[in-house]
Amino acid sequence: MSTDSILSTRGRVWFEALAGQSGKSTDPRDPDSVLVADAPLGEAQARFLCVVPNAAARFPRAREGEVGLEEAYALATHVREVIDSHKSVDRRPIIAIVDVKSQAYGRREETAAIYLAAAVAADAYASARMLGHPVIALVVGQALSGAFLTHGYQANRILAFDDPGVIIHAMHKEAAARVTRRSVAELDKLAETIVPLSYDIKDYAKLGLLYDLLKVKDADKPQTADVDLVKERISAAVDDARRGPKDLSSRWLSAAAATTRSATLKTREAMFSQWSQTS
Amino acid sequence: MEILNFKFSAKNKGKAKGRAHVGVVGSGDLEVLLEPLDASSAQVRIRTSVPGFSEQWKAVLDRFFMKYDGAVAIEINDAGATPGVVSLRLAQAVEASEQ
Amino acid sequence: MTTSTEALPSAHMAKRRDSFIELNGRERAITFFDPDSWRELLGPFDRIESPWLLPQNVTPQSDDGCIVLKGKIDGISTVVISMEPAFQGGSLGEVSGAKICAALDLACRDTENGIRTNAVLLLETGGVRLTEANLGLAAVAEIIASLLSLRKVSPIVCLSAGTVGCFGGMSLVAALSSYMVMTTEGRLGLNGPEVIEQEHGVEEFDSKDRTLIWAIDGGEQRYATGLADVLVKDDVGEIRQAVRSLLKAGVPSVYRSEQVDLYRKRIAALDPAYQWNPEDLRKTWHRENTK
Repeated sequence: MSTDSILSTRGRVWFEALAGQSGKSTDPRDPDSVLVADAPLGEAQARFLCVVPNAAARFPRAREGEVGLEEAYALATHVREVIDSHKSVDRRPIIAIVDVKSQAYGRREETAAIYLAAAVAADAYASARMLGHPVIALVVGQALSGAFLTHGYQANRILAFDDPGVIIHAMHKEAAARVTRRSVAELDKLAETIVPLSYDIKDYAKLGLLYDLLKVKDADKPQTADVDLVKERISAAVDDARRGPKDLSSRWLSAAAATTRSATLKTREAMFSQWSQTS
Repeated sequence: MEILNFKFSAKNKGKAKGRAHVGVVGSGDLEVLLEPLDASSAQVRIRTSVPGFSEQWKAVLDRFFMKYDGAVAIEINDAGATPGVVSLRLAQAVEASEQ
Repeated sequence: MTTSTEALPSAHMAKRRDSFIELNGRERAITFFDPDSWRELLGPFDRIESPWLLPQNVTPQSDDGCIVLKGKIDGISTVVISMEPAFQGGSLGEVSGAKICAALDLACRDTENGIRTNAVLLLETGGVRLTEANLGLAAVAEIIASLLSLRKVSPIVCLSAGTVGCFGGMSLVAALSSYMVMTTEGRLGLNGPEVIEQEHGVEEFDSKDRTLIWAIDGGEQRYATGLADVLVKDDVGEIRQAVRSLLKAGVPSVYRSEQVDLYRKRIAALDPAYQWNPEDLRKTWHRENTK
């Protein structure tokens, strides 16, 4: 079981603060767990998307903020709407507000191929990015594993709050300790020196995957000054994304990656050099 | 992690015709990388996740280099292989290096 | 070394004639190429291994469990990427991830420059390597991005042959490929049975119930429900032939991962009030209704 038995409200409060509306979908097919709205961001209109807990979700394993089948397909629908309705000009920004504790772990989900649902959402986000829509992920709470792959990890730029409640990771701590046959204390100790194991967002920032780490006064209750700041920094990320390439190379070409991801860079360099050699 | 280094006298420089790679660092198995060495000795470096077996490693290698006199550098990445598997992988590496 | 008297690893046992899944990762990759047409990139002697494992008392492997071979299949330039199932459960780390990502990027670059380069991914993988956690997860996102760029210009065939199966983040990679090939021993799913049982108990998923696991994740089920393109026996010749035919077919016109409305409809039609019999799904998700 996850450490957080209290359902997170961070996604919803930041969605409402940034989009200025509740985000309740008008698409009758959508679950209440997916928030979607179009709202101004600087000079442009942007589409905001978020997954929130929904105690009444049809699927029992997707009631606490997990990204399940319906969530993934709804996200894909609303990302593709933006692609389809703004062809050629005005490639609108898409802002994924991320607070997802996990993908839905369930027998029904596996039977109905949740891996495909996750891929469908990732495909939609990546397609938008490749077509020139700036896709920005703002991590306000948890961004774990398959849930983050589904919702946010295909973004051109990732921003996160510098706050203890913000966790980006491959698996929640208790499960990761179990799978690697360690105690949580041992895992914490290792994470002090092995950066990719750490659950601290400051360590995550060292991996070079973040565009911006934002200090806000209260990550649970958006203050007006913070909302203005966050909007400003998202807008800066949108501008930066528009100027840069449409792939994810900014992640491994970042200043932080030069030290922490030196193995990535060395591997890429060796592959590029050996690829075209004739043996 | 334990890292062990051994050196053996080995006169035969041309014994290994080329490099050889065999095995996988999987449970109870090991990976062997063998390369010809321009020297009158053979070097072995072992990295193993199971510490405390240096005597057994030495015994296996002593036996191996009693029969084999190739001047080679051998690297072993071990995930807890038995002496039998170690000997088998070394023999496979030698065979591959002579082809 | 250990001195236990366990049986020798399967690699030493007499190989069943023409079995694919009894081959190791490198041997598997070699089976696809025109004779003598391939070479290995970033092979064992380049020693580009994970920097994160030694400090955690895990022995690294000289190729990081990811074998990349480039050569010709039916005369066409092809890169075959093979996850070694026996090393760390075929898991994806920083280096193996970067190998895959770079190889896909280069295949894309070459194809765009007029040298058509196809890709074959042999996905025996439990997903992200938890000893490299965040860099493994990041690598999955980067592989997805590179794969989606390549997919537009060249076919990418993924294979789940067994026995590890294809799980975790890498299941998304399989779902985004141009074609998916499975054997009856292959499995494909996001969350492994053990993880589901740990999270929600044995009633949710009994990870020891092999019949249930294969009924849900197994190649026959994924094929019958239109989620895999070809189902083959565990046979080198059959697998090779299936992959070659799909590469010949080229870039497909429709992808499962773009059919949002079709799959939304299918999910909407399911009643989550009870656990389903996976067999029943074959009636409504019949492969002939899919592409």
